[in-house]
Amino acid sequence: MHRALILTRRRIVSSIPVLLIVIVGTFLLLESAPGDAVDAYLVSLGGGDAGLVTELRQSYGLDQSPFKRLTLYVSALARFDLGWSVAFDRPVLGLIVERLPNTLWLMGAATALAFSLGSLLGIVAGARPGSLTDRALSIGSLALYAVPSFWLGLVLVLVFAVDLRWFPTAGIETIASGKTGLARVADIAWHLALPVSALGFIYLALFLRMMRTGMAEAWRQDFVLFARAKGLARRRIVLRHVARNALLPLVTMLGLQAAAMLGGSVVVESVFAIPGFGRLAHEAVAGRDAPLLTGIIIVSAVLVIVVNLMVDIAYAALDPRVGSGEASS
Amino acid sequence: MAVLPISRRKLLLSTGALAATGWMSRAAWAEDTPSGGRLVVAADSEPRTLNPAIVASNGVFFIASKVIEPLAEAMMDGEGGLAPRLATSWEGSEDGLSITFKLREGVTWHDGEPFTSADVAYSAMQVWKPLQNLGRVVFANLDTVEAPDAHTAIFRFSAPTPIQLVRNALPVVTSVLPKHLYEGTDIAANPANKALVGTGPFKFAEHRPGEYYRLTRNDAYWGEGLPKLDEIVFRVLPDRAAAASALEAGEIHLAAFSQVPLVDLERIAKVPGLKVVTEGYEALTYQLVVEINHRNEILADRNVRQAISHAIDRDFVVDTVFLGYAQAATGPVPQNAPQFYNPDVPAHPFDVERANALLDEAGYPRGGDGIRFSLRLLPAPFFSETRQFGDYLRQALGKVGIDVTLVNNDTPAHLKAVYTDHDFDIAVGSPVFRGDPAISTTILVQSGIPDGVPFSNQGGYANAELDTIIDQAAETIDTEARTALYNDFQRMVVDDLPLINVAEWGFTTVASDTVLNVGNNPRWPVSNWADTALTS
Repeated sequence: MHRALILTRRRIVSSIPVLLIVIVGTFLLLESAPGDAVDAYLVSLGGGDAGLVTELRQSYGLDQSPFKRLTLYVSALARFDLGWSVAFDRPVLGLIVERLPNTLWLMGAATALAFSLGSLLGIVAGARPGSLTDRALSIGSLALYAVPSFWLGLVLVLVFAVDLRWFPTAGIETIASGKTGLARVADIAWHLALPVSALGFIYLALFLRMMRTGMAEAWRQDFVLFARAKGLARRRIVLRHVARNALLPLVTMLGLQAAAMLGGSVVVESVFAIPGFGRLAHEAVAGRDAPLLTGIIIVSAVLVIVVNLMVDIAYAALDPRVGSGEASS
Repeated sequence: MAVLPISRRKLLLSTGALAATGWMSRAAWAEDTPSGGRLVVAADSEPRTLNPAIVASNGVFFIASKVIEPLAEAMMDGEGGLAPRLATSWEGSEDGLSITFKLREGVTWHDGEPFTSADVAYSAMQVWKPLQNLGRVVFANLDTVEAPDAHTAIFRFSAPTPIQLVRNALPVVTSVLPKHLYEGTDIAANPANKALVGTGPFKFAEHRPGEYYRLTRNDAYWGEGLPKLDEIVFRVLPDRAAAASALEAGEIHLAAFSQVPLVDLERIAKVPGLKVVTEGYEALTYQLVVEINHRNEILADRNVRQAISHAIDRDFVVDTVFLGYAQAATGPVPQNAPQFYNPDVPAHPFDVERANALLDEAGYPRGGDGIRFSLRLLPAPFFSETRQFGDYLRQALGKVGIDVTLVNNDTPAHLKAVYTDHDFDIAVGSPVFRGDPAISTTILVQSGIPDGVPFSNQGGYANAELDTIIDQAAETIDTEARTALYNDFQRMVVDDLPLINVAEWGFTTVASDTVLNVGNNPRWPVSNWADTALTS
């Protein structure tokens, strides 16, 4: 795949300035927020004296000027060193490596759920635009879309965990269970069922609406008219001709949603006590932990860039027109 | 309908004698409590360091107190309010320059090494005095610690240090570390700060970040027949609603420190199998105060401050903001510190007319729009109650013609604005009374404290007479004379109102009925839980 290679190289080159802007922007934003990591830490101490405050600032490196800290951070980053988290007193990389898989599982499963169920229902709705099923699905999905994810999460917990006790209320797996292998995988899947639903159901509406609209448009195209004139079965027209043509924009949407879901996971991970990336970001902001937050944002940015690159490559494979222009320009 | 939990106010009205008998029956009951089992507890956060000798805070003690022990723990009917732990006795010299501790024999560290006076001497000189947030205050004048034999430690001070203060501080500031693991290392970076090694009833087993801490039974614990439990798991549940749901679903046994919010208590109390316990926080009293910036010349006028105090309906605050789980404050020392509490202080009760009169008298008549002057109010974001009280205070002051603008910040921003930048007129704070006014109470009104010290007098208040009493009490050895000085201190604070005490509260514990001996000492959630047990 020559085109994919060129595409990859171009994206990597163009993402470097993006990452630099992200780093400096994050640093400046956190710098302009009132209070620093020592202020955030002092409240958990419940008190101290003046000497302690000064010593803490020194040991955190906060007695240096912001500019010096930024240059130190960027030069460390150039050596692929993400630095030391002041709030957790651990290397940032270790924290990220520990938390990222949980979030990837959560996001991946939620995206798969939203995409598959959303497009499936979108096909059902788009098969007969304007029908009663279409309207019911549209209204239902919009209602879901309007629901905040934390609220949906809490309702799911109340119904399925507290009342019915089908699923656990929180956590990523049974604590200190000693489960391994398949039993552990099943345990994690059981724990993720509710958070994945809370996150996935909300984004489902986007895919549903997009599929439906795409299909409604495709119905009016000449080739559909031709397929009908040819006497093809309705089922075949819906799946092979109408739905397939409406599917392409959804793939683009998939890439864009990856970023949005990363944001949504902050809330869902807190509600379900999942030790993930989003919750870590929340804790980094609350602790004014600049190295950690910047590390998280860099990794998130890389993640979004990679997902979008993958989407572009998939797109190029699906549609020969995409990417050829970029490769020759 | 299930019987509602007894309110804290009613609880505190009950006589001491009654409390004592309740205690004895509980002690007798402890004899035949079952052993074994895993207790699962909600934890709302993971402290940066778990070492209680460096960070003496409730968040750290909640987990670490089961592993690392202090010299003595608070106890409701113990001698001087204390139960011996690693020390069996303590005696101060008459000149206040030395205190002799006799240490418990036959105690071993979790790694098998014997516990000796060298550990105490090392902890005191290398950790409590130079590094610990509260130890730096209490042991400021500690000169040396002598260890004449393996089970005697003599603390020598360069200036008279009241035995009363040290005694009251013992549960909080004297967590003993193993010298053999710390000596010659960078104490702040020692791995044992995270994987604790202590002498307590439970050993540190593992920490899965973001998920749980696990402690296991110390079979070699010095307390006979203790601990009762096999394991304690602290499950990290950062979301407040999560703790309540996990309790209802039976996934955890216990949530302490009001992790189940007050508004949910009424509902939770009706869930079969769950109980709400208000005991166990008697020595962990939080105080709701209005902090005042005396640099503002309006607030520098004592009449204005008194008017603000008259404008606050304390009973309303207790009943509405705290839903009855608090009591109205009368001064800077809470009622449940009987050693020091002085009820004989001036009162500035809720009286809107008087407040208006005082403000008129002070020369701030209402303008055409009914407003006398404007203030910026910064409620501390630490508790939902401190924020809610901020909302109430705005309305209450509005009724006496003071226009209040609320400024809401997150925690680091609030600390910086109030304690470093002094960028406020009035603030709502929640200092803690830690058993002795010298630990973290007098600092709230004392002058000459550098900028940036959290939970201290950053309002620019200076009163030479009050400073003298504080300094005197800090070096008065005689317990009665010292207590008398603190009685004067309370009277003067309430009279001059450098800050306004509004209410005092402990927290609540929600536990499964299967958990026994919950709340049986005044610092229960941060005590060692050796006698805590589970029925099957």
